Amino acid sequence: MSVGTALVLVSHSAQLAAGLVEVAAQMAPDVDIRAAGGTDDGRVGTSFDLVEQAVTGALSAGADAVVVLTDLGSATLTAESVLEMLEDERVRLVDAPFVEATVAAAVAAQGGGDFDAVVAAAGTAVTGFAGSGEAGGATAGGPAADDGGARTRSLTLVNPLGLHARPAATVARTAAGFDAGVTINGVDAASVLALMSLGLTGGAEIEVSATGPQAEEALAAVVAEIESGFGET
Amino acid sequence: MADLGIDWALSWVRAAAATVTEHREHLLDLDRAIGDGDHGENMYRGFTAVLGKLDAAEPSTVGDVLKLVATTLMSTVGGAAGPLYGTAFLRGAKAADTDALDAAGVAAVLAAGLEGIVARGKAEVGDKTMVDAWTPAAAAAQHVADSGGSAAEALRAAADAARAGAESTDPLVARKGRASYLGERSAGHRDPGAESSALLLETAASAAGA
Ligand SMILES: Nc1ncnc2c1ncn2[C@@H]1O[C@H](COP(=O)(O)OP(=O)(O)OP(=O)(O)O)[C@@H](O)[C@H]1O
Ligand SMILES: [Mg+2]
Repeated sequence: MSVGTALVLVSHSAQLAAGLVEVAAQMAPDVDIRAAGGTDDGRVGTSFDLVEQAVTGALSAGADAVVVLTDLGSATLTAESVLEMLEDERVRLVDAPFVEATVAAAVAAQGGGDFDAVVAAAGTAVTGFAGSGEAGGATAGGPAADDGGARTRSLTLVNPLGLHARPAATVARTAAGFDAGVTINGVDAASVLALMSLGLTGGAEIEVSATGPQAEEALAAVVAEIESGFGET
Repeated sequence: MADLGIDWALSWVRAAAATVTEHREHLLDLDRAIGDGDHGENMYRGFTAVLGKLDAAEPSTVGDVLKLVATTLMSTVGGAAGPLYGTAFLRGAKAADTDALDAAGVAAVLAAGLEGIVARGKAEVGDKTMVDAWTPAAAAAQHVADSGGSAAEALRAAADAARAGAESTDPLVARKGRASYLGERSAGHRDPGAESSALLLETAASAAGA
């Protein structure tokens, strides 16, 4: 089965593009992810024709939309030229860190995110990953944490779009900013990908828990963030 | 004072292909110094492909020729110069909407080409890119057109201005493209794309007999 939004990965290197397809497909097995790496004659560089074929191929295979991601320089310029030529609003380019943006976009597409959600996921990948990186192994939620005085709050996601990439990144950054282990519905709240993989949409009931020295403060901050609706309402 | 039509365009393409072949090593050296060392190869491959398509395509207007160059470079160059020149020649082709270009027509084509490069690459004058050659070239052609000169004179002025513009990139620090990763170390070398732009405009002027 293939899900709505497809991805086209444009790299100077065929191997790099193919490798990234492999990495992203692990987290998004149902997403149509196509590699357009190297030149048509197998050198390092980018190829207008390969990019165009990948994009039109994804569309004719039934994708509703295509998000194009690029590594650097001419990959971006070539992809932009293809988009200008196709003049198709179902195709968009996201200029963001290649690996992170691709994985974030793939996860969003796998979760059924629509075109805007996938584009947003790719575009915010930088901040998101910086946040989750800092949190490192600070995952909370083991049984031990509970007797350590876990604080828990239940609430409703008020923002209509739910916990898509941008709000997920905001929450992750906040959660990572405290000396506390925070979870939302059992997953590490400091990880954007973990949050996005919950696929929480507007109106969803969620449970936020925090443990550790700053559990109280972390819980309050994350809850306030979620209750604010992330500026969407 | 003859205007420039399909014959000029065809001899320009052949001359351009010969020039990038002749300067292949030189452009490679320039790109080795501040890039990834492929610009000479990229341009050579692109224009060789254009030559290969020229006969079969049977272009009948200047616009046809520029469009063929644009699409061929776009799909065969492989580096940044592909989409940049591709966009430039595509916009130039749209601006060349008459059978023969007068000085104002030449100026319009160059202005459209420059606009395409800037739209695609977002570089400004001083960023050490081909924009540093194209900007003075388009302005010089416009100046000739405004003062009643011929198409050939407009191209000669453009070629000379592009040459000076390319030379002006020597001391600059690159702010766009691959060379920008080098920062200060990019100073003291000519930008390869500005150099190839000057070469292409020089052939355009020579093909016009200027
Ligand atoms: N953003 C840009 N705007 C204008 N010109 C640019 C830009 N980026 C690169 N260039 C021009 O392109 C030339 C390099 O062309 P080349 O064909 O070698 O591409 P490249 O840099 O190797 O491409 P890649 O991005 O694939 O590495 C530079 O010398 C410069 O003149
Ligand atoms: Mg190069």
